[in-house]
Amino acid sequence: MNFTYLLDPAHWEFGAAGGIPQLILSHLGYTVLALLIGAVIALPVGLYIGHTGRGSFLAINAGNAGRSLPTLGLLMLMVTLLGLGLLPVLIALTVLVVPPILTSAYAGMRSLDQRVIDAARGMGMRPWQVLTRVELPMALPVLFGGFRSAALQVVATATVAASVGLGGLGRLLIDGLAVNDYSRVLAGAIVVAVLAVLVDLFLASIQRWIVSPGLKGTS
Amino acid sequence: MKRITAVLATVLALTLSACGTDSDPLAGESAAPGKPGAVTVGSANFAESELLAEIYSQALEADKITVTRKFNIGARELYLKALQDGSIDLLPEYNGALLSALSTGGAPQGVSSPDAVLTALKKVLPAGTEVLEQSSAEDKDTLTVTAETAAKHNLKTIEDLKPVAGQLTIGAGPEWAERYQGLKGLKEVYGVEFKEFKPLDAGGPLTVNALKGGDIDVANIFSTDSSIVTNKFVVLEDPKDLYLAENIIPLIRTTANNPTVTAALNAVSAKLTTENLTRYLAQVQVDKKDVKTVAKAFLTENGLI
Repeated sequence: MNFTYLLDPAHWEFGAAGGIPQLILSHLGYTVLALLIGAVIALPVGLYIGHTGRGSFLAINAGNAGRSLPTLGLLMLMVTLLGLGLLPVLIALTVLVVPPILTSAYAGMRSLDQRVIDAARGMGMRPWQVLTRVELPMALPVLFGGFRSAALQVVATATVAASVGLGGLGRLLIDGLAVNDYSRVLAGAIVVAVLAVLVDLFLASIQRWIVSPGLKGTS
Repeated sequence: MKRITAVLATVLALTLSACGTDSDPLAGESAAPGKPGAVTVGSANFAESELLAEIYSQALEADKITVTRKFNIGARELYLKALQDGSIDLLPEYNGALLSALSTGGAPQGVSSPDAVLTALKKVLPAGTEVLEQSSAEDKDTLTVTAETAAKHNLKTIEDLKPVAGQLTIGAGPEWAERYQGLKGLKEVYGVEFKEFKPLDAGGPLTVNALKGGDIDVANIFSTDSSIVTNKFVVLEDPKDLYLAENIIPLIRTTANNPTVTAALNAVSAKLTTENLTRYLAQVQVDKKDVKTVAKAFLTENGLI
């Protein structure tokens, strides 16, 4: 095992089919799509549950159930039902994204100081204004934490796409294993790990940028 | 680094050729009359290997040889180590796959017929091991299509794919993208280039389902796979012998071998065919029968015990 595959400039040629940059792009593609779909599903539900306090039982249990589903098994099931393609991969990854976003949205909303919300209501804010101007900005640090952990999990897990004929960095792992090229497997593992760290750093800087300065002392 | 590897390879080759002679002094010791010996039989971690190992075991036991079973060891990398360190003595192997695993950079090009593979294999066997007679049963790579695809494009052999391959998608294990007995060989030997290659599992359920569901048009499925019969798939002939022969062959430690063992295993190899192996394997995989029962049925029905 060595670093020859990782360090070979030919594997870093931009735009070459099967090259590392192209695999990173497709890997990020699956990640972003799954995160978007997951957020569109989980955010409204989580905020609603957190805002109203209704259905919290559902949020917590759906979250836990979702976390315990093995992604690879789910992916194989989806491929059996739907055939090959991007859809089964997106479904499997979305199931991974929903629980952390859902529970963090819920937890973020529940952790708010009730007196602040009362004050907002007392100032004559409508429920919608309370949600968007007070609750959401204040819940953002917790909520964003959930989003970051979802992103980390998906970056690491999107390697499963390669097991059903798609691209992404899993190709390096699966193809490398198939031809006993451990240098390539190592390259895949390192690139995935570095990518996960970079994605998290990127999201951390976004978080710093969008979270209200007034909250930074406390969170 | 390259030079060290070359030196090692030469040393290894010399050691092997020294061990490969027929008059191995060690072989005589365990063959003392009235002492039939003991053999530890291993197998890889898939049904066919286990079935074959059980057939070997029962055939040996019928000749009063003490058999210890250590089945389901894992992939070739693992069980070859187990064989070399003496934790197992005997394994069912495939001549082509074993040759590829033992030769650096895969099987030499142009070596693909059963006899050529066996000759090449005998030169690279690890020290202290030998192969017995190979059977005609082969579990090899095939290009397989559905009956509809075969009828639509009038496909019988891989050569028939040439004019239509540009419209077809092929599914196979990821190693097919790079190995000669994959896409490269198809292009060089048959001039066949597919529209798309989908890296799936090597002849596993993913590939079979993708072929059934129409996600791929041509699939790499192994010749003894019962899904070929149950789904009425059509196996395309390989008239130019692109795919390596994969005859089933007993690989044994020289110290565990003796004339009784050799005779028992050669008798099994003589009766094994691709056709009957497929049938008995289907009893294990499709009808979910016990490996022991199926192995016994094979041996009784072929008059071996």
